[in-house]
Amino acid sequence: MNRNGPIALIFHVLFLGFLLAPILIVCAVAFTPEGYLSLPTNGLSLRWFRAIGDNPEFIRAFKDSLLLGAVSSTLAILVAVPAALAIARHQFFGREAIQALFLSPLMVPHIVLGIAFLRFFTMIGLGGTFAGLVLSHVIIILPFALRLILAASTGMDRAVENAAASLGASSWTCFRRVTLPLILPGVASGWVLAFINSFDEVTMTVFIASPETTTLPVRLFLYIQDNIDPLVAAVSALLIFLTVGAMLVLDRVYGLERLLVGKGRD
Amino acid sequence: MSMAASSETDAPVPATAAAPPPPRRHRWPLVPYLLSAPGLALFAVLLLVPLTMTFLLSLNSFSFYGGIQDVWQWGNYADIIADDYFHEVFLRTFRIAALVTVLCAVFGAPEAYILRRMKSPWRGLCLLVVLGPLLISVVSRTLGWALLFGSTGLVNQGLMALGIIATPIEFMYTETGVVIALTHVLVPFMVLSVWASLQRLDPQVENAALSLGAGPLTVMRRVVLPQIIPGILSGSIIVFALAASAFATPAIIGGRRLKVAATLAYDEFLNTLNWPLGATVAVLLLVANVVIIVGCNRLVERRYKQVFE
Repeated sequence: MNRNGPIALIFHVLFLGFLLAPILIVCAVAFTPEGYLSLPTNGLSLRWFRAIGDNPEFIRAFKDSLLLGAVSSTLAILVAVPAALAIARHQFFGREAIQALFLSPLMVPHIVLGIAFLRFFTMIGLGGTFAGLVLSHVIIILPFALRLILAASTGMDRAVENAAASLGASSWTCFRRVTLPLILPGVASGWVLAFINSFDEVTMTVFIASPETTTLPVRLFLYIQDNIDPLVAAVSALLIFLTVGAMLVLDRVYGLERLLVGKGRD
Repeated sequence: MSMAASSETDAPVPATAAAPPPPRRHRWPLVPYLLSAPGLALFAVLLLVPLTMTFLLSLNSFSFYGGIQDVWQWGNYADIIADDYFHEVFLRTFRIAALVTVLCAVFGAPEAYILRRMKSPWRGLCLLVVLGPLLISVVSRTLGWALLFGSTGLVNQGLMALGIIATPIEFMYTETGVVIALTHVLVPFMVLSVWASLQRLDPQVENAALSLGAGPLTVMRRVVLPQIIPGILSGSIIVFALAASAFATPAIIGGRRLKVAATLAYDEFLNTLNWPLGATVAVLLLVANVVIIVGCNRLVERRYKQVFE
């Protein structure tokens, strides 16, 4: 009974086909030799990948996305680590409320945040700036980082820290030499998950990005709204290749399931 | 909270206290507040203030020539309640989200169960295929559906070749298309949620039921299903909330004609420039979202307390 029957396997294959079909078609269309959208039936061509080079705005948006992801995830970690330590190891008034506040961006639709930030940043003069993008991204990715760091710091053995303290280590030394190394896997995976969420965010960013400072998904989205051509397929395909590559590395190093479910693999 | 902090730190220490000193870390409860202070400051300024401002903006009025009027009234809410056009948009949003949730549960839950019963190398590989799309940009995935539905027409060609349909179905700019694409975007969340609840299910329990003479269907109905229903329910909450507030997929597949709440708010803000009305739509979406998530979570947790422990 602990094996899948033929019906289950057929269902499984159809399910995987459903999941892969749109991703594969983007990659296929990107290789078309024609000047219009079509499947590459007359041989493969790299002309649309070369065409990306003639559209520097995509490349600039890609670089901006990488920088935005890196800066905002790092900031989110810097805020989340002390907050996670406070929540995980102290009993204090308002602890639950503070945790709920830090996780609350998960409940707010990104369209609402986009609207809220558009109004707010326009008023304080951060509208369309990179700083505005960073600050807004820190808010939406912090819950992801916090959850993983929280899990890591709840599970750690406090006796090691007490030993360090009793041997005369100051609280800063104790944090740097004992606590941080122990929660580092959680911190690292929190950074990665935060980076992915920042890099893929489009709904909120479309409100606060400006033509000069924008991210790749937003650039792609605005382009697709006007017209769909093999060029966007090529940009998307490139993005998919990069993501799959990163995913395989991530799965090897850390385990995708552990990252997304937040538990060890069995 | 400041009261509690000061009452503990300022409490006079009785000179005759004979009790052993409390552990060093707990003596000074200011520490946790200091540790969470940067985050609290950040969230107060960058989350609570902008959201409050959005609510206040929704109370302003808007005139085509004068722009945003600095008055306080509930007119925008009354407009939305009175207007059939907005009813249609909100109803459509709800219908799409409900359909997507049902489809995700019907296909995602069995897939998670099948995945769990797979053998080691295949299981990891298939899990990668199922969860991988979560990491690929929503825009790229939706572009794939736009290509399958529209430009290449591959879906219709396939369905017609198989003899399932006689004439092409219109997928682009229709609810059918939006529902299919959104199901694709969100079904990994359902698989994840059911997968997590399956981790608690011991396969030996199924074998025990079988050895006691239960048929496979009975095992499914009496042993497996009761265990994974909390997973399906919490997955459904996530999927419904994300589907109801989805933006990029309905914007690309639904186009400008087929509006949902999120694309309506976007249009009011960036095209019509009626910010107060856009803010009103946003506030309603936020309230609906929070009520559904918090309410359903409470319900699920109370009903299935024993499963959550």
